[in-house]
Amino acid sequence: MIVGGGLTYTIIDTPNLSTAEIYGKVLCDLGQKHSDIVGLSADLAKSTKIGVFGEKFPDRFFNVGIAEQNMFGMAAGMAKAGLVPYISTFAIFASMRALDQFHTDICYQNLNVKIIATHAGLSFGQAGTTHHCTEDLSITRAMANLKVIVPADGMETANAVQAAYEIPGPVYIRINRGFDMKLYETTEYDFLVGKAVKLCEGTDLTIIACGSCVYQAVEAAKILDSVDGIKVRVLDMHTIKPIDREAVLSALQETRRIITVEDHNIYGGLGSAVAEVIAESGKACAFKRLGIPDTFSIIGLHEDLMAYYKIDTNGIVETVRELLGKDFEEDENWNDEV
Amino acid sequence: MDRYEMLDETTNKIRRHVIEMITEASSGHPGGSLSAADIVTALYFDVLNIKPENPKWEDRDRFVLSKGHAAPVLYSALAERGYFPVSELMGLRKAGAMLQGHPDMKGTPGVDMSTGSLGQGLSAANGMAIAGKMDKKDYRVYALLGDGELEEGQVWEAAMTSAHYKLDNLTAFVDHNRLQIDGPVENVMNPNPIGDKFKAFGWNVIGINGHDMKQILDAVCKAKDTKGKPTVIVCETIKGKGVSFMENEAGWHGSAPNKEQCEKALQELGGGR
Repeated sequence: MIVGGGLTYTIIDTPNLSTAEIYGKVLCDLGQKHSDIVGLSADLAKSTKIGVFGEKFPDRFFNVGIAEQNMFGMAAGMAKAGLVPYISTFAIFASMRALDQFHTDICYQNLNVKIIATHAGLSFGQAGTTHHCTEDLSITRAMANLKVIVPADGMETANAVQAAYEIPGPVYIRINRGFDMKLYETTEYDFLVGKAVKLCEGTDLTIIACGSCVYQAVEAAKILDSVDGIKVRVLDMHTIKPIDREAVLSALQETRRIITVEDHNIYGGLGSAVAEVIAESGKACAFKRLGIPDTFSIIGLHEDLMAYYKIDTNGIVETVRELLGKDFEEDENWNDEV
Repeated sequence: MDRYEMLDETTNKIRRHVIEMITEASSGHPGGSLSAADIVTALYFDVLNIKPENPKWEDRDRFVLSKGHAAPVLYSALAERGYFPVSELMGLRKAGAMLQGHPDMKGTPGVDMSTGSLGQGLSAANGMAIAGKMDKKDYRVYALLGDGELEEGQVWEAAMTSAHYKLDNLTAFVDHNRLQIDGPVENVMNPNPIGDKFKAFGWNVIGINGHDMKQILDAVCKAKDTKGKPTVIVCETIKGKGVSFMENEAGWHGSAPNKEQCEKALQELGGGR
């Protein structure tokens, strides 16, 4: 498991920076340390904020124009020749428009390319459903050799972008457009790729969340504690692949009720990854996936859409209350099998 | 024997391997392998600055077989050049063998890029050429594309990129054998005029007979001398070249000869070991 790259940030020294802007800043600092880093974008340098890297290192930045497939292929060639490309476009284009190149040129070759996809989930809410991306985790999770990371906020993004450099091989990092609610005040916490961060202790139920839903889960846990006296464990499952099986199994054993929350279709993403671990464990568990149901999303502001699909604080609180009343078959030998 | 005659003899040996290995595998792509044999031989036995004993040598010239289905011709050249034993060729497409139906750079020494999904090789070659320039290395990058492959949109994204970044360390060959799986390229989706298209995209364009060793090598020299833009060498070729019953037959794009056909093909090619 990989720790960050040694650069530390706090919310004090990144005031008024959106998550993607923090990515841009970190990439510049990382580029200063490592001359083999190059940046690529497909006419979205400004939107994805990789443009600041281009301004700082014009000779190491390549705007390939509106040609995502070409960008992924070029990055593969560059990585093959020893460079470390960070490539950025919207999540929808990274995971679908250029998927064949993502799969065949980068993942299959296990090439050292870092894909930082922005405007993920419903974060580009008003732009329209063509710019929402609620399938990328499902798609990228199926790619062998690939690590998939969904940071919860700016500080976690700073950690993930650095950790990606230390990890040999392809990494997909999915971040949002605009500002995320701030969860971490600094990058100095236990961020390890493949290891969940336990943000709230609890034994009544566990909420496993990623991305912008982590903050919502923490807020929900506070309400449930103060209003209902329910002690909820909250896990920031920033790495979707490889999933932290140990954290899921502990939650299963110790709380026996699990809710997953993600800004993504309920098929194939975080919820599915957790469900696979639970099902294979053979343990009974009350379980619910929160996310976008099997539908193309409606449009609106990100926070309104999160409320609409019940992946916000209120939606999570409601679901926890429902799930606590739910029965599941007891297993007499539960403790023997652990 | 002069330089060209020696290379022609090697090409013939390569063509024999192509027929033998595809027959043994009972599957593979003879047509486009045979049409590209002269080009690939010229590269591996004259043009490329490579060290077969050190396939990952950093300063080597690179070759991307963008039309990855012509893997047998690449494998034959690599084997004859000493990257791995010639006996490996008979393992083509067999379970667990080193030689996949399309090139796999992780499993096969000397393969610079895994290919097989058409349209993708030129982008990767661009990336290598840009990296070479950034690293101040003087290696050159070569890519070989099929004419049917030019129907893929990504090729033109990449073509724009090569010219935009003035990649004069990149040379592309187009194996213009005029046939693809479903028939003549003109009928399926006409990519012609190929040279004019590349010219419009800012490339230096050279047209040659892709079965004439002297023309191939002269064109490569001209490409090396061309500064500030990439060069494409559009090679007029015959699909199935060298085997009468395969020549200009779309059906031999991706079907293997049986034992009898193999014998007949080898007889026609002549020059056995």
